[in-house]
Amino acid sequence: MSSHIEPAGHPLLAEVNPVAIPRQELVHHGRDFHWITEKVCGIVEAKTPVWWWWCFGVAAFVASFTVAGLIYLVGTGVGVWGHANPVNWAWDIVNFVFWIGIGHAGTLISAILCLLRQKWRTSINRASEAMTIFAVVCAGIFPVFHVGRVWMAWYLFPIPNANYIWQNFRSPLEWDVFAVSTYGTVSVLFWYVGLLPDLGTMRDRFTAAGNLLKARLYGFFAMGWRGSNRHWANYEMAYLILAGVATPLVLSVHTIVSFDFAVSLIPGWHTTIFPPYFVAGAIFSGFGMVMTLMLPLRAIYRLEDLITQYHIDCMCKITLATGTMVGYAYAMEFFIAWYGANPYEGFAFINRAFGHYAWAYWIMITCNVITPQFFWSRRVRENTTLVWILSIFVNVGMWFERFVIIVTSLARDFLPSSWGYYSPSIVEIFTFFGTFGVFSVLFLLFIRFVPIMPMSEVKAVIPQADPHGTGH
Amino acid sequence: MSKIFPKSANALPLQIVLFIVVLAGVATAAVTYYATPKYLRIGYEPVQPVPFDHSLHAGQLGLDCRYCHASVEKSATSSLPAAQTCMNCHSVIKPASPLLAPVRHSYETGEPVPWVKVHVAPDYVYFNHSVHVTRGVSCVECHGKVNEMTTVYHAKPHSMGFCLDCHRQPEKFLRAPRDVYNLDSPTLAAQGKMDEALAQIHQWKVKPPQSCSGCHR
Ligand code: HEC
Ligand code: HEC
Ligand code: HEC
Ligand code: HEC
Ligand code: HEC
Repeated sequence: MSSHIEPAGHPLLAEVNPVAIPRQELVHHGRDFHWITEKVCGIVEAKTPVWWWWCFGVAAFVASFTVAGLIYLVGTGVGVWGHANPVNWAWDIVNFVFWIGIGHAGTLISAILCLLRQKWRTSINRASEAMTIFAVVCAGIFPVFHVGRVWMAWYLFPIPNANYIWQNFRSPLEWDVFAVSTYGTVSVLFWYVGLLPDLGTMRDRFTAAGNLLKARLYGFFAMGWRGSNRHWANYEMAYLILAGVATPLVLSVHTIVSFDFAVSLIPGWHTTIFPPYFVAGAIFSGFGMVMTLMLPLRAIYRLEDLITQYHIDCMCKITLATGTMVGYAYAMEFFIAWYGANPYEGFAFINRAFGHYAWAYWIMITCNVITPQFFWSRRVRENTTLVWILSIFVNVGMWFERFVIIVTSLARDFLPSSWGYYSPSIVEIFTFFGTFGVFSVLFLLFIRFVPIMPMSEVKAVIPQADPHGTGH
Repeated sequence: MSKIFPKSANALPLQIVLFIVVLAGVATAAVTYYATPKYLRIGYEPVQPVPFDHSLHAGQLGLDCRYCHASVEKSATSSLPAAQTCMNCHSVIKPASPLLAPVRHSYETGEPVPWVKVHVAPDYVYFNHSVHVTRGVSCVECHGKVNEMTTVYHAKPHSMGFCLDCHRQPEKFLRAPRDVYNLDSPTLAAQGKMDEALAQIHQWKVKPPQSCSGCHR
C-alpha cells in the first residue's frame, strides 16, 4: 500500500493533511530474527537457575496448603468451610470468580487484540494465555470441591445415570458449568496451536544440540511441525478461527458468571449492570495479573527489548480504562439503588458502604477506583516498580470486590431475623492461600519448559519482516 | 534435519485417537455395567444370625407378610418381628433346634436378634412403606419374590431412577389392594385391566411425587 492517500469525493478532502504519527517500535535496538530466537529459546535451554528452584520450592510449599485444605474437606465434609445461614456462598465463589476473572486478560490479549491487529500483543500473549489456563485451573478447584463429595462432581454434566439426575438448565450455575468448561477447552487449544511452531523450533534446536530425549519430547508435542508453506497456511487459518471462537468467550464467560448473582433476587445482586460490570472488572483484574507476572519476568530475563515501555503503557492504559469503568459501575449501582426507590436495594448499598463490612468496601474502592488513576501519569507508567506495586493493589481490590458483592448481600438479606456475619474458617483460608502456590508452580513450570513468547509472531512485527520496507 | 522419529510415527496421531476412542468406549461400558446399583446392589445377600427362610414361612406355610412385618401398612418403616412372634410357633415346632438359639436367647433376655439389614435407603431419602402398600404397590415391586427366597437378597436396584420409573407411570405397577401381599399376583396392567388401575388412581388421587422435595425432604 502506498503511504500517500489519493483525495476523492469532496474537494475539502484535498486540503486535509493527516498527521503522520510514527508507529511505535515493538522491538528495541533493531534486534534481528536470530537474536530473538536465541533470547527466547535460551531461557528454556539454559541450566535451571537457582532462583527458579527457590521459587519453585516456595510455590510448592504454598500449594501444599490447598492440598491439605482439600484433603481435610473431602475427609470431613464441606461443613469445614465457614459457610452457614445466611451466608451459604462465600470464599468458595469469591475465589472462583476472582481466578476466573484473572483469566480474561489472556483471552482478550490473544483473541480480541489479534482480531483488532494490535501488534503489541505478540510479546505478552503466550504468557498471558498460560496465565489464563492456570487461573481457570485454580478457579475450578472451588466449585468442584464445593459439591462436598467430589467424586459426584460429574453430576454437573448431563450424563445419563442410574439416578436419573438431570441438570436444571434454567439455573445460571449450570450455564456456568458450560461457560467455564468451554472457556478452559478453547484456551488450552488456542495456547497449544500457538505453540506449535515454537515447539518445532525447540525440537530442531535440541536435535542439533544432540539432546535426543528433549528433541523427542518437544517433537512429540510439535506434532510433526515442519514449517512448510502448507503448515503455515493451515496454522494461520486455525489461529484465526480460534481467535474468532475465543472472542465471544471473553465477554460471555464473565457475563454468565455474573448471572449467578444477577438472576437471583437478592438485593445488591439483582441488577442489570452486572454483566458489563463483571466483564470490565475481569479484564481489569486480568491485566493487573499480567503486569504482576510479566514485569518481574522482564527484569529477570532482561526482556526490555521485547516487552518495551510501549507494552507497559498499553497495559496500564487498558487497566486505567477498565478500572474507571468499574468505578463508574460502583457509582451507577448506588445511583440506581436510590433512583429505583426499592428500600431493600437501597439498604443493601448503604450497608455495603457503612455496615459491618464497610472495611472491605473501602479497601475495594481504594484499590479499584483510586489505584488505576495513577496510570494517567506517564511518570508513573515509566516507573516499573511502581507499576508492579499498583498491579498488586488491583489484584487485591478485585478480590475484595467479589467478597463485598457476595458476602454483604447475603449477610443482610430481606429478613433481619436471619442476618448474620460471615468469617472464613481456617480451612478456607488455607485452601485459598494455597491456590497462589498452585498457580505459581504451574507458571514456573511454564517459563522453564515452554518458550515464553511466540517467536514467529514477535519476528513478524520487526521491520525486517516487511520485505517492502514501507512500514506496513 | 536428522530424523528423531521412525517413519511409523506418522501413524501415531491416528493411533492415539483410536486408542482414546476405544478406551472411552470400554470405560463407559464398564462403568454402566459394573458401577450402577443394578450390579452393585442386586444380589446382596448377607448371612443372617438365624437362617430364616421366607420361602418356607411365607411361601409354603402361607403366612401373611403383615404377621411378621406388622407395621408395614401403618407406618413409614416396616418392622421386623420380635422373638415373641417366632416363639408363637417355635415354642412347639422344633423348640430345641440349634438354629433357633439366638431367637430363644432374645426371647429370654429381651435383646433383639441382630438381623443384618438388606435394604437401606440413604439418610437423605425419605421413604414411606404405608403410603405405597395401601395404594396397591406390592412388596414384590421393590423387594422381588421374597416368598420364594430362602435367604432375603437385594432383588431391585433401588436407585433414584428405579423409584422414578414407577412414580412417572404408577398405573403400570399397581395391584388391587387385596393382592398387595400376594407376591405371585400379576399387576392390574398385566391382567389387561388398565382401566381399573386408572380408576384406582383417580379415586384415591394417587400422585406419586416427582419433585425433588418429595423424596429429599
Ligand atoms: C414369620 C415371619 C415373617 C414373615 C411371614 C415374613 N417375613 Fe420378611 N422377614 C422376617 C425376618 C425375621 C426378617 C429378617 C431376616 C432376614 O432378612 O432374612 C425378614 C426380612 C425381610 C426383608 C428384608 C429386610 C431388610 O433387611 O431389608 C424383606 C424385604 C421381607 N422380609 C419381606 C417380606 C415379605 C414381602 C413377606 C411376605 C411375603 C415377608 N417378608 C414375610 C420375617 C418374616
Ligand atoms: C406359623 C408358625 C411359625 C412361625 C410364626 C415361625 N415359624 Fe419358623 N418354622 C415353622 C415351621 C412349620 C418350620 C418347619 C419345621 C420343619 O422343617 O420341620 C419352621 C422352621 C424354622 C427354622 C428351621 C429350623 C430347623 O432346625 O430346621 C428356622 C430357623 C425358623 N423356622 C425360624 C423362624 C423365625 C426366626 C421366626 C420368627 C421370625 C419363625 N421361624 C416364625 C413355623 C413357624
Ligand atoms: C416402593 C418400594 C417398596 C415397597 C412396595 C415395599 N418396600 Fe420394603 N423397603 C423399601 C425400601 C426403600 C426399604 C429400605 C428402607 C430404609 O432403609 O429406610 C425397605 C425396607 C424394608 C424392610 C426392612 C426394614 C428395616 O428397618 O430393616 C422390610 C422388612 C420391608 N421393607 C418389608 C416390606 C414388605 C413386607 C413390603 C410389602 C408389604 C414392602 N416392604 C414393600 C421399599 C419398598
Ligand atoms: C411400583 C411403584 C413405586 C415405586 C417403585 C416407588 N414408589 Fe413411591 N409411590 C408410589 C405411589 C403410587 C405413590 C403415591 C401414593 C399416593 O399419592 O397416594 C408413591 C408415593 C411416594 C412418596 C410420597 C409419600 C408421601 O407421604 O406423600 C414418597 C416419598 C415415595 N413414594 C418415595 C419412593 C421412593 C424413595 C422410592 C424408591 C425407593 C419409591 N417411592 C418407589 C409408587 C412407587
Ligand atoms: C421418588 C423419589 C425421589 C425423587 C422424586 C427424587 N429423588 Fe433423588 N434420590 C432418590 C433415591 C432413592 C436416591 C438414592 C439412590 C441410591 O442410593 O442409589 C436418590 C439420590 C439422589 C442423588 C444422589 C446423591 C448421591 O450421593 O448419589 C441426588 C443428587 C438426587 N437424588 C437429586 C435429586 C433431585 C435433584 C431430584 C429432583 C429433580 C430428586 N433427586 C428427586 C429418590 C428420589
